[in-house]
Amino acid sequence: MSTTASEARTESHLSADEIAALAHPKPSPKARIGLIASYVGMAVIVLYCIVPFYWMVVSSLRLPTEGLSTELIPRPASTENYVAVFGPGNNFGRSLVNSVIVSGTTTILTLLFGIVAAYALARLKFRGKGGVLWLIMACSMFPLVVLLPPLLKMFSSTEPFTWFPYWINTYQSVILPGLSFGLPLAVWNLTAFFKQLPVELEQAAMVDGCTPGVAFRKVILPLAAPGVVTTAIIVFIGSWNEFLLALTFLQDPSRQTATVAISKFTGSTGFDTPYGTIMAAGVLVTVPLLIAVLIFQRRIVAGLTAGGVK
Amino acid sequence: MATATAESSLSTVQGDGHKRKKNALSDGQGRLAWMLLAPTLLVILVVAGIPVAMSIRESFFLSNTGVDPSTGLIASGEKFVGLQNFAAIFSDQDLVRGNWGSIGRFFNAFWNTTAITVVCVIAETIIGVAMALIMAKAFRGKGLVRAGILVPWAIPTIVSALMWKLIFDANGVMNKILGTQILWLADNVPAFWAVFIADVWKTAPFIGLLTLAGLQTIPAEVYEAAKVDGATTWQQFVRITLPMVRPTLVVAVLFRTLDTLRMFDLPYGMVGPGKYHVETLSIFSYLEATQSRYGPAAAYAIILFLYVLLIAFLFVRILGADLISDPDLKKTKKKKKTDGDASDAASPTALEMAGGAH
Repeated sequence: MSTTASEARTESHLSADEIAALAHPKPSPKARIGLIASYVGMAVIVLYCIVPFYWMVVSSLRLPTEGLSTELIPRPASTENYVAVFGPGNNFGRSLVNSVIVSGTTTILTLLFGIVAAYALARLKFRGKGGVLWLIMACSMFPLVVLLPPLLKMFSSTEPFTWFPYWINTYQSVILPGLSFGLPLAVWNLTAFFKQLPVELEQAAMVDGCTPGVAFRKVILPLAAPGVVTTAIIVFIGSWNEFLLALTFLQDPSRQTATVAISKFTGSTGFDTPYGTIMAAGVLVTVPLLIAVLIFQRRIVAGLTAGGVK
Repeated sequence: MATATAESSLSTVQGDGHKRKKNALSDGQGRLAWMLLAPTLLVILVVAGIPVAMSIRESFFLSNTGVDPSTGLIASGEKFVGLQNFAAIFSDQDLVRGNWGSIGRFFNAFWNTTAITVVCVIAETIIGVAMALIMAKAFRGKGLVRAGILVPWAIPTIVSALMWKLIFDANGVMNKILGTQILWLADNVPAFWAVFIADVWKTAPFIGLLTLAGLQTIPAEVYEAAKVDGATTWQQFVRITLPMVRPTLVVAVLFRTLDTLRMFDLPYGMVGPGKYHVETLSIFSYLEATQSRYGPAAAYAIILFLYVLLIAFLFVRILGADLISDPDLKKTKKKKKTDGDASDAASPTALEMAGGAH
């Protein structure tokens, strides 16, 4: 509406200054209050999200003896906690490696299966599609704890599963059940991404003589690469943050993932909870994720809103 | 239409397809689709379907305990006990004192789960919608806010649990700010609220993000028209924003509800296992399973599963949560209904939201 009005005035020969003034109207007092309020609101949101995390970072930078200090800035600042994290009792370095192995494998497997399935769901018409969509949705909803009793029994070769290999403390004991939440997440995200690509792309490829398979490989897959990367990050973060399965199946400290290792930190000094060390480990586990999230934030937000996030 | 194409593609041999090809994209698709879906469906069957079935079976069995009289060895194996694991829920053998007086441990966990879900989801929804409204109004600094809002989401839940444990420590910063001496993390009522605060902190921004995506699909013309008609800001919010963002919000709230129902990490990490004021069904079932009481553990997990299914069903039926949102499926549904449901087609849905967010 405002554009048509200014266009009409342009025809009635306004000076350039007047046009500029119209393009940037002076805000009314009410609008100015609204603007300030929106900035205040945004500041409140950012503080809400950041302050507890700030507290974690600050606490990790104190002296180990001052874990419970309530000073806003650590005095003196110290990186001793970060050294202590990698102390011999904690197995933290090893647990990071374990986490990378578990999350990496889960992500790769999920993508391998998820990409083809998502393409079928996004593009092809077939009977039973609704059922498949519901099945995948249901799979992302059910509580993980349902899997624990039978799997714990099976993986520990308890009767009547004496025929089953002893899988406690193995990577596959977390990776395979982990697919039950990773795969629906990936399929869901990728389906949304594939749907955004215009069908005409494949149609053009097929007119040029490609089979649907070739059209998918040569046309769609390269274009969907950003979506695949986003999905990989979301699945990786979900798997990296997984706690219940790892806590149950990985009991040997040398096999534990980082989340479990942190939850089991005990102080080398006395009976106090070693908050400084725990916070340092927490920061170390979180920062790589935060960097990835900040780099890909636009895409991740788009991916998250595709639904199905655990 | 979709059904018809699928049928014909199933019944005809692929070779003669080019004769009556109407749409190059919908021919012989049934077979291809199932081929592409087969690996995923197989994995889901193996890692979810079969274990769930095994869990259901498990819930009717009980591990043998004590000494086997025939061999004199410690008994092993299991026996079929029918509904005994479920019936034991109602017995008065395992009474605990939590938020609900002296009741059975299962019901204590059940009501804890229900209560924390209700209060968390309500608070998260209100805070999340407020955040989304603020972000939608923002002119500059959207990137910064979005980055900030992803921080709670990216922190592993167990790390955030330990972070809040530090904040809520008896000598910690929360008591200092409030000027109180509350023992937040002892097995008491404040522990419940500490977990509540930690969960709301972590997940309200998530609802905010989803709602923002929904808000951005509302065309500005609608608000302009309302302004011309003299609608107040509150009227615009109640009459335009809420109804139009509702489909998105319902899906977001459903996801949060199901997620909160299976809460484990936060109470486990903040307060610890076996603390009855914050023991959820997931924690109770986990503890039973790790003590080799597989039968009861499975029974509790199955009840939680049914609870989750019931809530999801109610959301879809009563609130009309549109989770699947596939236009092809909608077409067939509409055909069956014979007359179209206009509001159904107009609503942005879980899948379409991804497009809207770009």
